Amino acid sequence: MKARAFSYFRAATIDQALDAHARAGDDARFIAGGQSLVPALSLRLQAPRLLIDITHIDDLRGVRREGGHLRIGALTRHCEMLSELLIAEFAPLLHAVAPFVAHPAIRNRGTFGGSIALADPASEFPAMTLALDAEIEIAGPSGRRRVRADDFFIDLFETALQPGELIIAVYVPLFKADQRFAFDELARRRGDYALVGCGMLATFAGDRVDDIRISFFSVGNTPTRVKGAEAILIGSRLDAGRIATAQGALEGDLAPPDSDEVPPAMRLHLARVLLGRLLGRLGEGA
Amino acid sequence: MSAPLTSLDRPNSYIGRSVPRPNAKRLLAGRGRYVSDLKLPRMLYAAFLRSPHAHAKIVSINIDEARAIEGVHLVATGADLAKICTPWVGTLDHFKGMTSAPQMPLPLDRVVWAGQAVVAVVAESRAIAEDALELIEIDYEDLPVVADLDSARQVGGALVNPGSANNICFRSQLDNGTVDDAFAHAAHVVEEEFSFGRHTAVTLEPRALVADYDPAAGMLTVHHGTQTPYQFQDLYSRHYGIPEARVRVIATDIGGSFGMKLHVYHEDMAVVGLSILLGRPVKYVADRIESFVSDIHARDHRVRARMALDAKGGILAVDVVDLTAIGAFSTFPRTSVVEGNQVIRLIGAPYRFKNYRATLEVIFQNKVQTSQYRAVGHPIACAVTERLVDIAASKIGLDPFAIRAQNVIPDDAYPEISPTGYRFEALSHQTCLKRLHEMMDYDALRAEQADLRKRGVYRGIGIATFVEITNPSPAFYGVGGARISSQDGAIVSLTPSGEVRCLISVTEQGQGTEAIISQIVADQLGLALEHVKVVTGDTEVTPHGGATWACRGAGIGGETALQATRALKRNILEVAALILQAQPSALDIIDGEVVDAVTRKPRLPISEIARIAYFRSDTLPSGTQAQLTVSHHFAPQGYPFAFTNGIQGCALEVDVETGLIKLLKHFIVEDCGRVINPMLVDEQLRGGIVQGLGAALFEECRYSETGQLMNGSLADYLVPMPMEMPDIVIGHVETPTADTELGAKGVGEAGTAAASACVLNAVNDALAPFDATINSVPITPAKVLKALKRF
Repeated sequence: MKARAFSYFRAATIDQALDAHARAGDDARFIAGGQSLVPALSLRLQAPRLLIDITHIDDLRGVRREGGHLRIGALTRHCEMLSELLIAEFAPLLHAVAPFVAHPAIRNRGTFGGSIALADPASEFPAMTLALDAEIEIAGPSGRRRVRADDFFIDLFETALQPGELIIAVYVPLFKADQRFAFDELARRRGDYALVGCGMLATFAGDRVDDIRISFFSVGNTPTRVKGAEAILIGSRLDAGRIATAQGALEGDLAPPDSDEVPPAMRLHLARVLLGRLLGRLGEGA
Repeated sequence: MSAPLTSLDRPNSYIGRSVPRPNAKRLLAGRGRYVSDLKLPRMLYAAFLRSPHAHAKIVSINIDEARAIEGVHLVATGADLAKICTPWVGTLDHFKGMTSAPQMPLPLDRVVWAGQAVVAVVAESRAIAEDALELIEIDYEDLPVVADLDSARQVGGALVNPGSANNICFRSQLDNGTVDDAFAHAAHVVEEEFSFGRHTAVTLEPRALVADYDPAAGMLTVHHGTQTPYQFQDLYSRHYGIPEARVRVIATDIGGSFGMKLHVYHEDMAVVGLSILLGRPVKYVADRIESFVSDIHARDHRVRARMALDAKGGILAVDVVDLTAIGAFSTFPRTSVVEGNQVIRLIGAPYRFKNYRATLEVIFQNKVQTSQYRAVGHPIACAVTERLVDIAASKIGLDPFAIRAQNVIPDDAYPEISPTGYRFEALSHQTCLKRLHEMMDYDALRAEQADLRKRGVYRGIGIATFVEITNPSPAFYGVGGARISSQDGAIVSLTPSGEVRCLISVTEQGQGTEAIISQIVADQLGLALEHVKVVTGDTEVTPHGGATWACRGAGIGGETALQATRALKRNILEVAALILQAQPSALDIIDGEVVDAVTRKPRLPISEIARIAYFRSDTLPSGTQAQLTVSHHFAPQGYPFAFTNGIQGCALEVDVETGLIKLLKHFIVEDCGRVINPMLVDEQLRGGIVQGLGAALFEECRYSETGQLMNGSLADYLVPMPMEMPDIVIGHVETPTADTELGAKGVGEAGTAAASACVLNAVNDALAPFDATINSVPITPAKVLKALKRF
């Protein structure tokens, strides 16, 4: 399959990119790592007239501390989640998740911002922004704004991003000494989209959970926080009974879609198993 | 201390030695000559518009807008190609009563599977051709879809071929001995229904061809990524009415084939016609999405089988019904019924019992055609047999090794005839079983399994014996009227510099055909390996032969090379004898030197013989005509097939909460007769096992109720990947065939034949404490969790 012909523009600044998009209207797409867009072009599922290459915009690069947050530039590659020391120290959940994201060749090109913008419900990173209570910085024709991850994912491949808007960076609260995280996914082959996956970040007061955010992926149209289960765990010790109650709450938190290969009841079962295993690890100190 | 000398320590004794493939370095360096990379002057590109419907009437086709695009040279429909190409029918005479509708490059009025090519566009680039495809309008009228085995067999249901009485392609029955009587008097009867998912080959390089018709010379050249260039030379010649000598098929480097690249594909036949219509080279490379809906699929069987045993666990009888759904056609020219035929003939093959009954029903449905793919029928026959044996063992309280040791045909009982009528020359089940038991450290594995089970870890151990069909004689296709050769040809020459060139009809797809032929030639002539050049895959250059399929390259191609080289050696020694004034029988060749046969003293380099024969024939005695090129053909005689055998074992762990399976280790003991290159044999076994493990756990073409392929991409169709593959431990037993001097049998399909059966047995072994069973591949997490009633 070959893509339909398109024009190509390499933007040097955020403003150039936004301008180019505004002039081309709906027929333009931003391209960074291209790990989802290029296959879609080749399959002619998308056929924009203009591709705006944002990979040369310096303002979209880099990882640095800003106050109580780690600012992760939108162009940060998945592989940099593994190599960047600041991420390992201040956003260790992302560091731990990165090896599960596809395969090395894809991680070398795919970008963090691109993954969040696409919002594939089976992807790891969008779900992790929910667990981390991250904020997403967006630039667009009407200026800049920050959107909490909780408000960002709306429906299947639909986000708070408006046409012509661009993710600039993701702000992740710095990991603290009283916090623990856990992550895992169930997949038939390493690197595949998971049957179900889950990441969580908890703040402990002694052996009690002071706060916890649990986010699932591959369970519906969007990455999904399980607030019912979270509520059961907050203020409690992670003992077997409490974990089982939280597992039971998933039925109310999740409504897995029907698919020809994984029936909803099976996905819910797997989510329960995964939640139990991860909470067990979290209780042991993760 | 040094090891004792073996035959491998003789100079030039390459048979039995691991030497690297001569083409491996070239391919690794990116210097492969794949059809996908080929560019010819004035070459155009073809793309096809495919049917979105599994079954529909073509009401009208509008190509006007597509034709008007700049860069488009031709838009062709079925009617255009029907004017120059004769139809083909995928039946063979020895499958009595079989039917299949005539096929054309592109359909005239009806599409019969979703993904079938309907209109071809030829343009200056593939992208332009695809632009034009978007502008073609086809008006379809839906017809009832036959989407699976059950709807196909429904009386009064939808028909793949309207007007026919039913959807049956072929029926066959075997009935030997007294089956009903054996079941009536058996101490134990076990019965099970099995299902085997559809899967496909997924070669690294997809199907590719460049057809180049030169109207001035009346010559068609097709650069074709195929295993069987001669078969296609014959077919292109016949169906396009071009004399065979004016059709040349070149099949050089090929990125994998596994049986998938020896069938006639509608697009491929169309591309030849497009080149004829345009008088220009036309290239077509199936992309991955197209491959999934147009390459042959395989398997797709449902088998109900029962086995009768005596009180001690001796097998008395087997009774089988195999239902298999193919496509809307039977594939040409090898048909889509060989798989089912081999299933019912290979069931029970390792075991000694007399009463066997089998019914085969091959059924049409609206899906892409199925046909021969690596280990045709073997994995199904093996899984059915080996599962029944394990079920029986557990019922009677026997260990899986014990019940097999008791029932396999003893190594000293050959020749023997299988309950299904196959004639076995010599197999080695007992030796293989014993070796596998040691290699697996079976008792320790069982102890570890018991120990872990107490801690909630569920490991499974499985074994599976198998018999493989190799070295087929004309009994395979020739008797059915197919123009598919079972003989091979070789031309060996001594070059003026004293090297040897061998042109041979067997072909190379990455498995090392050229390596083993080089080894045989060097070994038999007495020459260093680097002085042998092997050429394959060009009908204008290499002699006619069967080429590479059904594990015939080593056994038949190798014997051809051996006999040809021995003839060349005789001719060289005759000339040497004249020059040296000796008897030819007193001379031999070692390392490129003619030597005294007794003392091994060098007398004359063969390069000197070549120099004299080619350039100074005036110095030879009058009347001498040196024959330093030999052409030789060899067709297998004696046994109709050279059967091989072996046994596989595996250890795995089932996560009973998630249904995920971790393969821990895989074992195989295999007997392919004379091993020519141990490294290549091991590679064949490992690759074959990985394909079998893919079938066991991952690979399946899943269809919707309307006949749409649901997972036709590499994101959704799961092939086995390195992270999930276990270490594979290999052992060899060598029982050479006495039908040839070389003694080699095939090995390419042995790994695939039993790997899935082995995993199926191991998974059931792991699930034994739960009273849960699985008798279907691939073994998905959903099937495991369902069996365990977890959701």
